[in-house]
Amino acid sequence: MTDLAPGRPDGEAPRHHILSVLVENKAGVLARVAGLFSRRGFNIFSLAVAPTDDARLSRLTIVVDVESAPLEQVIQQLDKLINVVSISQLAPEAAVERELVLATVAVDAARRGEIIELVGVFRGEVVNVGPDKLTVMLADSPDTLDDFERLLGDYRIVELQRTGRIALPKLTRPAPDA
Amino acid sequence: MRLTGAQALIKSLETQGVEVMFGLPGGAILPVYDPILDSSIRHVLVRHEQGAGHMAEGYAMVTGRPGVAMVTSGPGATNVVTPLANAYMDSTPLVVISGQVATTAIGTDAFQECDITGVTMGITKHNWLVKRAEDIPRTVAAAFHVATTGRPGPVLVDLPKDVANAQMEWYWPESEADLDLPGYHPRTEGDPAAIAAAAELMLSAERPVLYVGGGVLKARGAAALLELAERTGFPVVTTLMARGAFPDSHPLCLGMPGMHGNYTAVTAMQRADLLVSLGARFDDRVTGKVDTFAPAARIVHVDIDPAEMGKVRVPEVGIVGDCRRVTEGLLEALEAAGLAHDDAAVRTDAGARATPGTRAAARPGQEAWWAQLRAWQRQFPLHYDEDAEGAIKPQMVVETLRDLAPADTVVVAGVGQHQMWASQYWRFEEPYTWVNSGGAGTMGFAVPASIGAKVGRPDKTVWAIDGDGCFQMTAQELVTASAERIPVKIAILNNAYLGMVRQWQEMFYAERYSEVYLSPDLPDYVKWAEAMGCVGIRAETPEEVAPAIEKANSIDDRPVVVDFRTDAFEKVFPMVPAGGSNDAIVVHPGQSGARIAQ
Repeated sequence: MTDLAPGRPDGEAPRHHILSVLVENKAGVLARVAGLFSRRGFNIFSLAVAPTDDARLSRLTIVVDVESAPLEQVIQQLDKLINVVSISQLAPEAAVERELVLATVAVDAARRGEIIELVGVFRGEVVNVGPDKLTVMLADSPDTLDDFERLLGDYRIVELQRTGRIALPKLTRPAPDA
Repeated sequence: MRLTGAQALIKSLETQGVEVMFGLPGGAILPVYDPILDSSIRHVLVRHEQGAGHMAEGYAMVTGRPGVAMVTSGPGATNVVTPLANAYMDSTPLVVISGQVATTAIGTDAFQECDITGVTMGITKHNWLVKRAEDIPRTVAAAFHVATTGRPGPVLVDLPKDVANAQMEWYWPESEADLDLPGYHPRTEGDPAAIAAAAELMLSAERPVLYVGGGVLKARGAAALLELAERTGFPVVTTLMARGAFPDSHPLCLGMPGMHGNYTAVTAMQRADLLVSLGARFDDRVTGKVDTFAPAARIVHVDIDPAEMGKVRVPEVGIVGDCRRVTEGLLEALEAAGLAHDDAAVRTDAGARATPGTRAAARPGQEAWWAQLRAWQRQFPLHYDEDAEGAIKPQMVVETLRDLAPADTVVVAGVGQHQMWASQYWRFEEPYTWVNSGGAGTMGFAVPASIGAKVGRPDKTVWAIDGDGCFQMTAQELVTASAERIPVKIAILNNAYLGMVRQWQEMFYAERYSEVYLSPDLPDYVKWAEAMGCVGIRAETPEEVAPAIEKANSIDDRPVVVDFRTDAFEKVFPMVPAGGSNDAIVVHPGQSGARIAQ
């Protein structure tokens, strides 16, 4: 699978923007960020948090619903938090994004092969097998996860959990020599 | 040098230059109160922690130095939540030290435990829970740095009891780099290109207004503002938070805009083609309905807080920086364009003279604009009617207080009708002479804030103009004032009602008065004042007003409370109904032509 084109098919600006927020790795920082979004009426679409390679810092990858507030205002308010060290805004077309999904699907032994084939097509993994259930995993772009989730919907999904996306800027390629 | 955490905290406050703090001890903060006995810092013992917070705010607002309050854990800390929220709204530098249960007890629902850093996260600029004694000096230094730089605001340092008792080796952070604030870099210098663009807009304007907010006072920018106004000849409006930033007696001053602003200030903004906003934030009480606010105006927005840019109204030119420095930058840019300084040129017609042949010489004249402004001032001055029955008009009390007080008197208000009348009818001539609760609208602010203001400026007369509803919320702090010999003066405009609510119920709820009547003589304010160690005075007729004030002014060894029995039915005018357009401003019914000529 290749990454699907970002944004809406009709060419409208995407509703979501990705903020990559470097914060001090201190107690309560997540509460400060979450509290800010809540009291200013900004909507978070997804949120992923983990330490970076520098133990003093953590990175929050926040997907913001920009229809709830102008992106500039969200960034400026976030930047006022003392524990926020830096914020970079990633337009979807300028970022590589990945997300992981775990899904447990109820399926009898006769149709188990269909799921395994679907997981194979998406280059996912079967991570757990029970007598009448399978747990599968896929790590890919959020759009690909959407497709995968839709196709899994033909079966009975018992539980499904996505991580929320993480993102880094796309690398620029050197211009070809003349 | 080995110190306990508690000793390190007090030594940190001393090193930080703290001269006074306001507080009340309790279990978790006990260790910190012991070294106070040996400290140079004056501690004012309050009767309720809310009083400590507001006193620290009043102190900060008149001195420009951060106010400091100290409280214990749990209810002590929650009692200071209102002052923190108040200081956050009005950008007042405030440092609150709270005791906390021991780190080993945190999270166990211990006696007097409260997650005060969690509670105050949204109403402080930042807060800290100190978990190691060795972090105390650095945290205190960081707290003062954050509270006083950039956009000032309140901070809270929560100190667990075992950390206060632990030993540490004393040190003091050498520089900002030692404060461990990697994400805090306030911008103070405005972008020169944006300043140049703003100057160009100012040289093109036909109907300009300088829209001055509290940020000018925070930046100590009143002198630069005066120069900017006199050089450009632009009219000035001062918001509720900026009263005193520009002299009310100055011919360029139009007074206060907003919901209860005067007609000319409100309407000048509505009709302006350029608003130069200096340290103001387009508050809803100023803009009225935002969609209809100053529809023809281009906006220059100067503020130290980047998040204010475009929060309410998108500016043509946004300049992030300290108001004083940006104002000085604007003066330089205007000077470069040929708008010279001229001591004799306080001109309200076309403003100061421009050097012939320069950009400034080609700017539009403002004679028509000033003719319009003067016509509005003549037609719609502030107005109230004397009462035929002989009731005391609250506006008359404010005018008499003003006329009998020294010019540099500090005026402190609570929140409500009396606050609006104080702002409208006082004449503010100097910065830092007006203390009130603007953004949060905290009833009960005046009594403790006036005490803090008098502690900060013992050389000045401090008059609190309060309402009877407000007074009852925090009056017990007059016990503090008497005990500490802080001679504030309190004027209660006693109309026996929660007056502003009564006014709204009269105007917008068909005179259905719900839960607003208080009674003029329950409590008996004179007896209450006397019980608290103050002098109590009562004025019941207009003839008694001036003698009562003169008597109060003659007393300087204890607090004075004057109970003015005022007309209960007086309303604050002008008024822009909430949520309405500023074009719908309602003037006093005794004035004609209440609507703006379109």
